[in-house]
Amino acid sequence: MDIVLQLLFTGLGIGAVYALVALGFVLIFRATNVVNFAQGEFSMVAAYLMVVFAVDLHWPYGWAFLASLTGMALLGAIFNLGVYYPLRNRTFLPVIIATIGASIFLANTVLALYGPQPQVLSGWFETPGIQVGPVYLDSQYLLIMGVTLVLVGFNFWFFEHTMLGKKLQATSQDKEMASLLGIPVAAMIMLTFVYSALLGGVAGILVAPILFVSIQMGSTIALKAFAATIIGGFGDVKGAIIGGLALGVIETFGAAYISVPYKDGFAFLVLVAFLIFRPQGIFGERVAEKA
Amino acid sequence: MASALTARQLTGTIAYVALSALAVAVVGLLPMDDYTMHILVQTASFSIAVFGLTVVLGLCGQINLAQAAFFGFGAYAVGLGTADLHLNFWIALAMGAGVALVMGAFLGMTTLRLGGHYLAMVTISFQQIVTLIMVNWIPVTHGPDGIGNIKRPAMFESAHAFLGLCVVAMALIGYIVWRLPQTPLGRSMRAIRDNELAAGVAGINVYRVKVAAFALSAVLGGIGGGFFAGGFAYVSPDQFSFAESIVFITMTLLGGVASPVGALIGTALLIVLPESLRFLKSVPGLYLAIYGLSIILIIRYMPDGIWGFVQYRIRRWFAPPAFTDAATELTLVPARSTNTVDAPMALEVEHLAKHFGGLKAVDDVSFSVRRGEVHALIGPNGSGKTTMLNVLSGIYKGTAGRVVLGGRDVTLLPPYARTAAGMGRTFQNIRLFRSMTALENVIIGAEHPGNDIGSGHAALVERARAALAFVGLEARAQELVTAFSYGHQRLIEIARALAGNPSLLLLDEPAAGLNSTEKQGLRDLLKRIAAKGLTILIIDHDMTLVTEVAQRITVLNFGRRIADGVAADVLRQPDVIAAYLGSEPDAPALA
Repeated sequence: MDIVLQLLFTGLGIGAVYALVALGFVLIFRATNVVNFAQGEFSMVAAYLMVVFAVDLHWPYGWAFLASLTGMALLGAIFNLGVYYPLRNRTFLPVIIATIGASIFLANTVLALYGPQPQVLSGWFETPGIQVGPVYLDSQYLLIMGVTLVLVGFNFWFFEHTMLGKKLQATSQDKEMASLLGIPVAAMIMLTFVYSALLGGVAGILVAPILFVSIQMGSTIALKAFAATIIGGFGDVKGAIIGGLALGVIETFGAAYISVPYKDGFAFLVLVAFLIFRPQGIFGERVAEKA
Repeated sequence: MASALTARQLTGTIAYVALSALAVAVVGLLPMDDYTMHILVQTASFSIAVFGLTVVLGLCGQINLAQAAFFGFGAYAVGLGTADLHLNFWIALAMGAGVALVMGAFLGMTTLRLGGHYLAMVTISFQQIVTLIMVNWIPVTHGPDGIGNIKRPAMFESAHAFLGLCVVAMALIGYIVWRLPQTPLGRSMRAIRDNELAAGVAGINVYRVKVAAFALSAVLGGIGGGFFAGGFAYVSPDQFSFAESIVFITMTLLGGVASPVGALIGTALLIVLPESLRFLKSVPGLYLAIYGLSIILIIRYMPDGIWGFVQYRIRRWFAPPAFTDAATELTLVPARSTNTVDAPMALEVEHLAKHFGGLKAVDDVSFSVRRGEVHALIGPNGSGKTTMLNVLSGIYKGTAGRVVLGGRDVTLLPPYARTAAGMGRTFQNIRLFRSMTALENVIIGAEHPGNDIGSGHAALVERARAALAFVGLEARAQELVTAFSYGHQRLIEIARALAGNPSLLLLDEPAAGLNSTEKQGLRDLLKRIAAKGLTILIIDHDMTLVTEVAQRITVLNFGRRIADGVAADVLRQPDVIAAYLGSEPDAPALA
């Protein structure tokens, strides 16, 4: 029983990271109708920026964090201008191929600069964790869950209760109509990419001390996050979060009780099971293309 | 298709065979060093796998990011089969292709009902799993050490002879892929790539064709991998990683996604260039970073690749000539299904409903369309007309109710099966296959089971020309549809529907966006169609058009039927006037 609780805690912690990245997926998907296949690389790049600032340059953790997020905002903007925006009027296939190209480009540019050796980033807190009854609560996992909770809350408040959030929603639902109402659509899309890059970046920085900082972390996290969005229901914010948490738990238990080398395969099995039996996900509703 | 080789195609085939024979002779007879042979075997085996991507990505518009995994199935089957199990090369190759086929079909079947994003992510995941298994299932796959001592087939043991064999295989498969776009299957794939929704309504079983394209792509990956293993005698997991899948995709995009010629150009370039720029490989990641950047740049600036660019320049010299003989008269068989006594109604709609969450877009609507009549469905914006048409043609699944076409219940049928059962439709926003000629568009409309127009390609062409002649555009049959004006594109869409020989034609706002001359032409066309006895259900806002052509009218408002009957009576009803014109109930009638 103790071990189960311990695994549950770890699973939810990892799942929170997937949920954050999945949230970034969903936001871009809702704004542009395109899945950004480089979303995972945002996390990877942010983790490497942290390594540059906090480890190589020995900046204080907080300053390094802010500098990394500034870098991510910039990356989101460049990504929009260089990859998405020029293709915005094309069909979805060229756009997703371009985002896949961008993902390859980002991962391998970092590889060329930093080499294949994984880097180590220490956690935010000095204290490693606290023991609560039979369960050991690692401080980094607690931080991840806390930040995820805050960001999900912020996300809800921002989209439902601010004018800017409502403008973003209007843009994602009908770009033409939004522009006719005087909403600067290009700026809204830009904002979405910057925001998603920040979300991905926060997830990457939070998870970095748990995993190693490696080139592969981006694609691994992206696959899990995408699986999470499908499990939760594609394009659904609530679904992305629940799907992410569920996947983290499934994977942790799978690794503990079934097989460690195939840990990354469980997400795929769950994904295929959902595709076969419930393709619309837990919360999703299937809507056909409008004729 | 057996007897369907035209003179043009025959010339092309002869040229192809001559060129292939020359290529085989050159690589087979010319003395060359091991390094050159190495490069050429790699080019030939990679090309076969890239041909697979030409089919699935270029022709069918579906992405496959696991081609290296399928390539790996072929390579591991030949490796394990010949080295560990001492099987014959050909048997091992067949097994590899078989495994690739089964896995490809399985992935396609689970994913292709959903959007393209799913396919991209699922194929990436699949690729990762295959790599995991290759590395970790050591008792069978030998793990990271890989497999050595792979055998070649008898008579082709020497590297030189095996190279010749690879080039022959590449030429044969290349020929199939080159000819595929002009076959019924290839045409269906292109139609799906251009406009999936319209492809379904034109009578194509979209799901099945997509799965076929994906499975075919996987098989070609497997065959390519088998030859690769034979050529190199050693395989290991890193040769079949996700990075290699990206290399395959880049090859396809660089050369030109829609043609095997482009595939060969892209493959050769991306094998020879990195070899000559070896210093790039000394920094890990650098060459893949360049590939990633190239993908972005190609997509943005050269979406048709190198060969597409060349083709665009030389196309004008090879444009097919216009037809010189006259087209035949279009025959329509409106009373085809059963006899008129059994089913006097062409269409019966019973208590049909379509709800989107809480929104009742269509709410318990019933009406019947009599055989041979023109029936109009009108109502203000948002009254559920287009939703109704989408439920009738099978694009939306109704929430409740029945749709009976010519006495046959079609409620549960998908769009293509309704087309086979005798339904034809056009779209409010034109949905033509934009990369094709007017003739090809209409041929796709004619080409479906249930349309008895005789067999063979010639019969299809004749049928399509007759339909185009009926709408007055036969003289421009060989032009790309994008060259036509908006109004003419609408007519091509109507011709596409007519070529399928429907017993009921659904027209979704055909007059929208037309100028007054074009509207007059449309009215005349509809009268000519009606004069041939074909039943029409039309949605439109143009009351002149509706009153002039329709005998009966059904009026919808807020998803409910508010009137139904003979045109003149319906238009006199006060609630129709109120709903439609928003005026006082005592305003004078429209008629």
